[in-house]
Amino acid sequence: MGPAAQPSGSGSRQRWWIRDAIGLAVVIILLAIVSSTIERIPIPGMAYYFRIIVLAGINVILAVSLNIINGHAGQFSLGHAGFMAVGAYTSAFFTFFYFNPYLIAHGGDSSPVLQNALFLVALLIGGLAAAVAGYIVGIPSLRLRGDYLAVVTLGFGEIIRVIVLNIDKVGAARGLAGIPNWSSFFWVYFFAWLTAFVSFRLVRSKIGRAFFSVREDEIAAEAMGINTTRYKVQAFVLGSFFAGIAGGLLAHYLAYLNPSMFTFIRSIEVVVMVVLGGMGSISGAVIAAIGLTFLLEQLRNVKDWLHLSSDPRMVIYALLLIGLMLTRRQGILGRKEIWDVMPRRKDVIPEKPDEEGEGKLDDTSGPPVQ
Amino acid sequence: MMAVKKTDESAFLSASNVTISFGGLTAVSDFNLSLRQHELVGLIGPNGAGKTTLFNMLTGVYQPTSGVIRIGGVGTAGMAPYEITKLGVARTFQNIRLFKDLSVLQNVRIGSHIHYHYGFGGSVLHTAAYARAEREGNERARDLLAIFGLEDRADDEAKNLPYGDQRRLEIARALAAKPTLLLLDEPAAGLNTGETIDLMQTIRDVKDRFGLAILLIEHNMELVMGICERILVLNYGETIAQGSPEDIQSNPVVIEAYLGEAVEAE
Repeated sequence: MGPAAQPSGSGSRQRWWIRDAIGLAVVIILLAIVSSTIERIPIPGMAYYFRIIVLAGINVILAVSLNIINGHAGQFSLGHAGFMAVGAYTSAFFTFFYFNPYLIAHGGDSSPVLQNALFLVALLIGGLAAAVAGYIVGIPSLRLRGDYLAVVTLGFGEIIRVIVLNIDKVGAARGLAGIPNWSSFFWVYFFAWLTAFVSFRLVRSKIGRAFFSVREDEIAAEAMGINTTRYKVQAFVLGSFFAGIAGGLLAHYLAYLNPSMFTFIRSIEVVVMVVLGGMGSISGAVIAAIGLTFLLEQLRNVKDWLHLSSDPRMVIYALLLIGLMLTRRQGILGRKEIWDVMPRRKDVIPEKPDEEGEGKLDDTSGPPVQ
Repeated sequence: MMAVKKTDESAFLSASNVTISFGGLTAVSDFNLSLRQHELVGLIGPNGAGKTTLFNMLTGVYQPTSGVIRIGGVGTAGMAPYEITKLGVARTFQNIRLFKDLSVLQNVRIGSHIHYHYGFGGSVLHTAAYARAEREGNERARDLLAIFGLEDRADDEAKNLPYGDQRRLEIARALAAKPTLLLLDEPAAGLNTGETIDLMQTIRDVKDRFGLAILLIEHNMELVMGICERILVLNYGETIAQGSPEDIQSNPVVIEAYLGEAVEAE
């Protein structure tokens, strides 16, 4: 994924943090450049496309984070909208009631640095709150599998929504309007990158392998010394954390929250993205999230093109999904990543980019060339 | 290989009066065993004798109804399977339980999960400790694959291996945990004669190479009699005989359990 995933080249033991710091700096600079120019691209209706791009970024975070739970650890969760709601409302609560009034009172609403710092803090609080919720939901997942777990997580998501619906402080059914408009292309795509980065890194670590083993065979995993309970909960906590971040980003982008935005239909949408991309494929989740977000928007035009009286958008969407599942059940990429299915160029993409081997591993990491 | 904490005299595994009942059925009753390091003991008995149930108790999948199991001097009552693995016990399964969709190499690397000493931070930041552990783990896994002649299949999905190789891979994966005690549940099931002979040699080799204690369940008498130093015979959960392969082969109780009551000679 990001530049930080590049091999360090040398076998130095101390270079990893320099490698990651450079990677992070490159990502931030690139995002800063793109975010300062993208809105000015002279395309008719750019403001509309820009909005879709930002929402696509939020969906990327949701899909990649759900992929950790569903795709990697194999725990079928239908509660992602619930975690998202926790993050959205928690972060909005802090910015709406505390951070923004503080900024205005201290005349700091003209200070972008302070505003962004406060926003970041609010996002992290929202993410942590969602992670706590993920921990709580992770507990029943210790005993439940498959369909049963799906039902429990679905129930959880609805409980969250109903609770929010009854908290008057955050607007209840009226919704919470006037949330400061602090989200930006930069933050959305920074966290999209971060989610994918963490996910990619985990896949190539013992934690990722433990997730896979839980998905493949829990009894065998336990026999390998893997505390399956712990890793299931860890997957839930991590996935929920990023879902919470996505919720916070959405809240501060729309500047409005309503419990009806977090129904289980929203969870299903994210599940569809993960399934469509290929369960377990991070790049698949990214592609499906972006693709579906744009597709669903573009389908709005079909009504006008065909001069229909009612909108066929969801019908076409459903047919497309059915068609894809009939022809390619494993999703676009299956469990592979995009570079696994691209024509092999081993000189560009090393098989094990993060093994800081002294060149020894590179000789053995690929399939035998014969 | 492993640090030998106890002297060779004291048993690594000891089971005393181990009994398990499921409802009214006593699957294993009053089982006693003490297994020292470097010992290779066979567990035989007709189908349903309680052999796999016993394995499941030794590995924490089931908790005994009564009796005490000690591994490396530690009582395992109430311990989860993953905790028992950390005491130095690894196992294979009667019905192969590989991580089918993962590569052969990944399977073995997951086997050595408990030997990767880095945490969440190391996993995300890929620190120097991570790099070292992964490099060592990778080399170790490839060494193990080489022992089992699977090095050329490292990147294949486990489910695509021929049956015999899947059995071998399961043993390689178990060895990746650097166990002191290896439990093999019917390692030769489904193998042909040639493969079984190869497997016997491999089991002997890895036992000597890694200084293992091995407890194996097997129906293939050729294998059991060929490599086991001591054999226990279970029937209806009871230990009906134990001793050297020669003793067992001539033991009338064992013959009766396997073949039915002896017919009087004329």
